[in-house]
Amino acid sequence: MPQIFNRWTYRASSAIAVAFAVSTVLGTGSALAADEPFKVGFVYVSPISDAGWTFQHDSGRKEMEKALGGKVVTKFVESVPEGADAERVIRELAQSGNKLIFTTSFGYMNPTLKVAKQFPKTDFEHATGYKTDVNVGIYNARFYEGRYLAGIVAGKMTKSNVAGYVAAFPIPEVVMGINAFTRGMRSVNPKAEVKVVWVNSWYDPGREREAADTLISQGADVLTHHTDSTAVVQAAEAKKVYSIAYHSDMSKYGPNTELTAVTHQWGAYYTKAVQDAMAGKWKPGTVWGGIKEGMIKMGPFNKVVPNDVQDLVNKTASDIGAGKFHPFTGPVKDNEGKERLAAGKPMTDDVLSKMDYYVEGVQGKLPVSK
Amino acid sequence: MMEHVATLVALTLAAGTPLVLAGAGELVTERSGVLNLGVEGMMLVGAVVAFMVAATTKAPWLGIGAGMLAGAALSLVFGVLTLSLMANQVAAGLALSLFGVGLSAFVGLGYVSVVIEGVQPLAISGLSDLPFLGKLLFAHSPLVYVSLALVAAVQWFLFRTRAGLIVRAVGESPEAAHAIGYPVIAIRYAAVAFGGACAGLAGAYLAVAYTPLWTEGMTAGRGWIALALVVFATWKPWRVLAGAYLFGAVTLAQFQAQALGVAVPSQLLSMLPYLATILVLTLISRDAATIRLNAPAALGKPYHPDA
Repeated sequence: MPQIFNRWTYRASSAIAVAFAVSTVLGTGSALAADEPFKVGFVYVSPISDAGWTFQHDSGRKEMEKALGGKVVTKFVESVPEGADAERVIRELAQSGNKLIFTTSFGYMNPTLKVAKQFPKTDFEHATGYKTDVNVGIYNARFYEGRYLAGIVAGKMTKSNVAGYVAAFPIPEVVMGINAFTRGMRSVNPKAEVKVVWVNSWYDPGREREAADTLISQGADVLTHHTDSTAVVQAAEAKKVYSIAYHSDMSKYGPNTELTAVTHQWGAYYTKAVQDAMAGKWKPGTVWGGIKEGMIKMGPFNKVVPNDVQDLVNKTASDIGAGKFHPFTGPVKDNEGKERLAAGKPMTDDVLSKMDYYVEGVQGKLPVSK
Repeated sequence: MMEHVATLVALTLAAGTPLVLAGAGELVTERSGVLNLGVEGMMLVGAVVAFMVAATTKAPWLGIGAGMLAGAALSLVFGVLTLSLMANQVAAGLALSLFGVGLSAFVGLGYVSVVIEGVQPLAISGLSDLPFLGKLLFAHSPLVYVSLALVAAVQWFLFRTRAGLIVRAVGESPEAAHAIGYPVIAIRYAAVAFGGACAGLAGAYLAVAYTPLWTEGMTAGRGWIALALVVFATWKPWRVLAGAYLFGAVTLAQFQAQALGVAVPSQLLSMLPYLATILVLTLISRDAATIRLNAPAALGKPYHPDA
């Protein structure tokens, strides 16, 4: 039956593609009666769910809506695949009168720029990208600041001196997080090592679980992740090792073992951007906010984290916020012993955003193809 | 070291189990001559229903039962379309998968934030905590044992019972089976429902035991892999088992290699399980005789006694 086999595998693979494309769901935020409310659109890459990247953006949207009362009306579209579909969705939002549109995934960069050219009177804000235009601004958070703090917690709580890191794709943003975590961990525990497993997917609970189990089997007793589901926190809870969540507080998935979480907070930023746009003062910016701007916050601490550790984290956080301390202050050495930044200086944003090596303390070799 | 081996075996079994469950069910369906490509959709619907029932009743096993029923119910929709209304099986199966993806996302909307107590791994005092052997034999999720029993049962049923022989006869030549008086359509309905229940069980395992959570599309393509495994196994139950564990083992091996710091690109490593599948499929396909010998001759061909 080889013919049948060939035919259906082909259909099967195309069906997967279609399945993802079809799962786009339209949703509308609460509309309050007001004369000519200001319309704001949001594009999300995944379902809102109750934790994770998109959930945090949607919480920011709701916060902004609340802060501005009936003066705005928001509309969001979730599960929009990056690519041709995104362009269609963004254009639709612009056509239906949204004056400011937030596109919240890296892959929306080119679709956003393309639609922005066709709608010069509409403003666009693209999260995590690097290209701007007269009506396209970019914004991102300094995730690495929270990662450094998470590393301090991990370094203080580990007994095996091995942390496990489940990561999605080896892009600078993720690598930066691994390195900041490792530096934070070794700042309080110089013997600490970090093992990394790449799952090559932002979202696959099964694989995230398998990666977490693997790291635990190799001696990691604190896990963290740069993937979107709660599977790593759950795997840690099941095997009674610690975890530090990312994006959102996931303590209900690991009530005994989730130590804390690195969370993203977009509400204040969205509120300000919308206010500016309503007042006609909006300008395309290049915003990279961190603890100082309130974009990065540590989630609640588990009661097993001793007070002195919590104090140390809070103190380091306020130092970072006040600009007194930078997680990447030289000397920065990579894990092959090469010095990447001389002693005494903080790393510049430009160098930081191109990070393509592991720092000392991370095991293995970064899978970057060059 | 031995402990580590036991851990690896346990992880492999846990990772391979959804593929074993869904694959064994689909194998029976295909043996009856029906190609149901809706496995992914049935798994998702099984997963969401199992999760919802487990969350509402706080009884995970009840959830698993409900997941199986939901999978079977969805497969019967496919049955009506293809067996009674003679729709094209490939098209109907694909539609079933797409429908299942959307339906599960829709009905599960209110459940994404719910936390449940999942099915716990076996813990027999005295046995489960034995060094090495305990971890190797007595500490898996109960569904791992269920999946092994299922494969044994399917093997025994298809090749050692009269009823199994009839199912295979229907898959080889529905005309002949009809001519000697067997209710071809009823038998195919049963086989389709069995496949659906197994896919539902596989989804339930994911949502209630392996990663106790519900989110849209959480099966992440495992239904399609289960479909490929059936061909990979040349329609033999034990080979489905071997293939599922091979797939699980290669996935885990690449994670282990990464965590050990082996300098191989992770992208290459994540390709390995799929590469292994393609390789084996290619090797099998070269031997056309084996395939012809094992593939149900009437697979995917619509049949109606009146037609």
